[in-house]
Amino acid sequence: MMKENPSAGSPASKPRVGLFVTCLVDLFRPTVGFAAVKLLEDAGCVVEVPTAQSCCGQPAYNSGDRAAARALARQLIAAFEPFDYVVAPSGSCGGMIKHHYPHLFDDDPAWQARAERLSAKTFELVSFLTDVLGVEQVEARYTGVVTYHDSCSGLRELRIKHQPRRLLASVEGLSLREMEEAEVCCGFGGTFCVKYPELSNRMVGEKAARIVASGADTLLAGDMGCLLNMAGKLQREGATVRVRHVAEVLAGMTDAPAIGEPG
Amino acid sequence: MHPTSQTFKANASAALHDAALQRALKNLKSGFPGKRAAAIAKLPEFDALRDAGRDLKNHVLEHLDFYLERFEAQVTAQGGQVHWARDAAEANRIVLDICRAVEARTVTKGKSMVSEEIGLNDFLAANGIEPIETDLGEYIIQLRHEHPSHIIAPAIHLNRDQVADAFHAHHGQYGFTERNENPRALMSEARQVLRQRFLNADVGITGANFCVAETGTTVIVTNEGNGDLTQILPRVHIVLASIEKIAPTLEDVSTFLRLLSRSATGQEITVYTTFSSGPRRPEDVDGPEQFHVVLLDNGRSGMLGGEFQDMLRCIRCSACLNHCPVYGAIGGHAYGWVYPGPMGSVLTPQLIGVDIAGALPNASTFCGRCEDVCPMRIPLPAMMRHWREREFERHLSPAGFRFGLRAWAFFAQRPKLYQSITRIAARVLRWLGGRNGRIKSLPLAHGWTAWRDLPTPQGQTFQQQWAARQEKRS
Repeated sequence: MMKENPSAGSPASKPRVGLFVTCLVDLFRPTVGFAAVKLLEDAGCVVEVPTAQSCCGQPAYNSGDRAAARALARQLIAAFEPFDYVVAPSGSCGGMIKHHYPHLFDDDPAWQARAERLSAKTFELVSFLTDVLGVEQVEARYTGVVTYHDSCSGLRELRIKHQPRRLLASVEGLSLREMEEAEVCCGFGGTFCVKYPELSNRMVGEKAARIVASGADTLLAGDMGCLLNMAGKLQREGATVRVRHVAEVLAGMTDAPAIGEPG
Repeated sequence: MHPTSQTFKANASAALHDAALQRALKNLKSGFPGKRAAAIAKLPEFDALRDAGRDLKNHVLEHLDFYLERFEAQVTAQGGQVHWARDAAEANRIVLDICRAVEARTVTKGKSMVSEEIGLNDFLAANGIEPIETDLGEYIIQLRHEHPSHIIAPAIHLNRDQVADAFHAHHGQYGFTERNENPRALMSEARQVLRQRFLNADVGITGANFCVAETGTTVIVTNEGNGDLTQILPRVHIVLASIEKIAPTLEDVSTFLRLLSRSATGQEITVYTTFSSGPRRPEDVDGPEQFHVVLLDNGRSGMLGGEFQDMLRCIRCSACLNHCPVYGAIGGHAYGWVYPGPMGSVLTPQLIGVDIAGALPNASTFCGRCEDVCPMRIPLPAMMRHWREREFERHLSPAGFRFGLRAWAFFAQRPKLYQSITRIAARVLRWLGGRNGRIKSLPLAHGWTAWRDLPTPQGQTFQQQWAARQEKRS
């Protein structure tokens, strides 16, 4: 059974969560969005999806276009201010809002204050469930041996390491087998993978080899960018490893074909 | 050294296809990171020490003028001499003048990245003075006419057989006619050749890991002992140091040392830690007659007070190189100048220009491992991002990329429009993938599909499906 948030007794006291869908989930993998909604609702949250959202601005920020990054940050801050929490099924987009938004407005105290307030209530999905809502287990089944890739931003900006593993341990039928160097970058890196495709390919090639060597039949991670990258490489190399976002497994929503699988 | 950072992409590609280099890089990845982790696991206060190191260096940088003058005064009081060099040319000229004053013919050298930065070896050789590198790795690459590929392990890109070849090609003149492959034998061969060179040298040049303001002492850390022979045997000892190497007191040096060796090689302390305070005193049994310190600025003072000041905290431990997946894939030479890896990607654009070295801060996934392991807590990814900002402001990034970014940002600032485009993209990509669930080749995304498949979208976007669900609910 899922542990309910103690304060989630009546609808009035239920935390109101704004789901930041993220570009890649919206475009490539809506199942992850619905899995996030289910996990949050099961944990006693009221989930809303503001329509005035697009991208967190990270591609612009990391490409040196600070003005565009600020414009997108202002848009997101305004859209999500009314909520108790902002949750994203991504450590990368979550880290952008939580860590980088306040720095974007170093010379703009009014917006910086708003960015800081938003930062304080923004979380990546899985760590929000465990660290904020106190969820210790989920009600889900998945038959398979999974290995978990620690996405860089989640791991190093948000310190997400044990949270997904703890929840995965409660999934019936699932066993976790760690790959070597689970904490090493998969080579996605946003625009890096198209600016330096050969380097990116080397990195994801090594990652794919580690995944296959683990003997797991399923690869999980918490970020769509890394997942698309690793799935694309594994499939190009003919590996049979299935690739899913961790939220799909935790929510028990694994009916849809895995990432990059026919269907 | 003539920079080749402008062709970083081609350099990197060549490195990826260099089988010997790739073999050597495997050793690097399996070596340093594990040793560092083991050393740090044994020191519970390591993170507190990192804070102390960061704060200490920040303090030094805030008061750098004071400490530099203090250092100079102390060196002078001990009979040494401090020379101020604004740039590489001035530093080279100062060293040459000192060498000429004592009619030096050969100069032995301890490992010094500042010496690489100013291109001292070529300059001395062009002026009739023979420089001899005495650090084993530096010696090997000098024989091969190469530059260091790593800031503490300069020959890490080489394998044993390449070292054997280099020795075999050059050591015949010293009576070593057989090609040795055994590492111990190779080391012994180098030791015998270098021994005589140490004894014959007129001037010894070393770098400095730290310059102690309180005592006018320079400090080097080594594992081979070559640094000591370099600075004790010749009549003249010249120390090359950049201005940020200041530590206020000897006590502070111990803080840095505890961070440095563990972060670098995983040692608690290096085999030799050598403190040099002025020339030989009358009661000393050995030591140089002259003690010179050349303090190099070369663009560093321009980093003070700006967004790159934090980079001046760097103590050159190489942990960021050793943990960088990009460095690990291509090694140091591909970066095209003296300082490779994450620290080089921040420092090089400052020292030789972002127009020349702009590719370096772009060649990072921002995975953050460098910052995570940096003993001085330097925010390396943030500073690489600052360089990208400078590049973007100066319109140095490729026009096509800028246009694409602009177009994307235009739509992203209009969520409704953005969502309709996403809807179309989802349908088009889905259609292109057919029943396979993935796309094998997509001309506009060749960088992706040349090496990997592109998984296709599931169909309708999340926003589309969510809107439909909300309608049904209401």
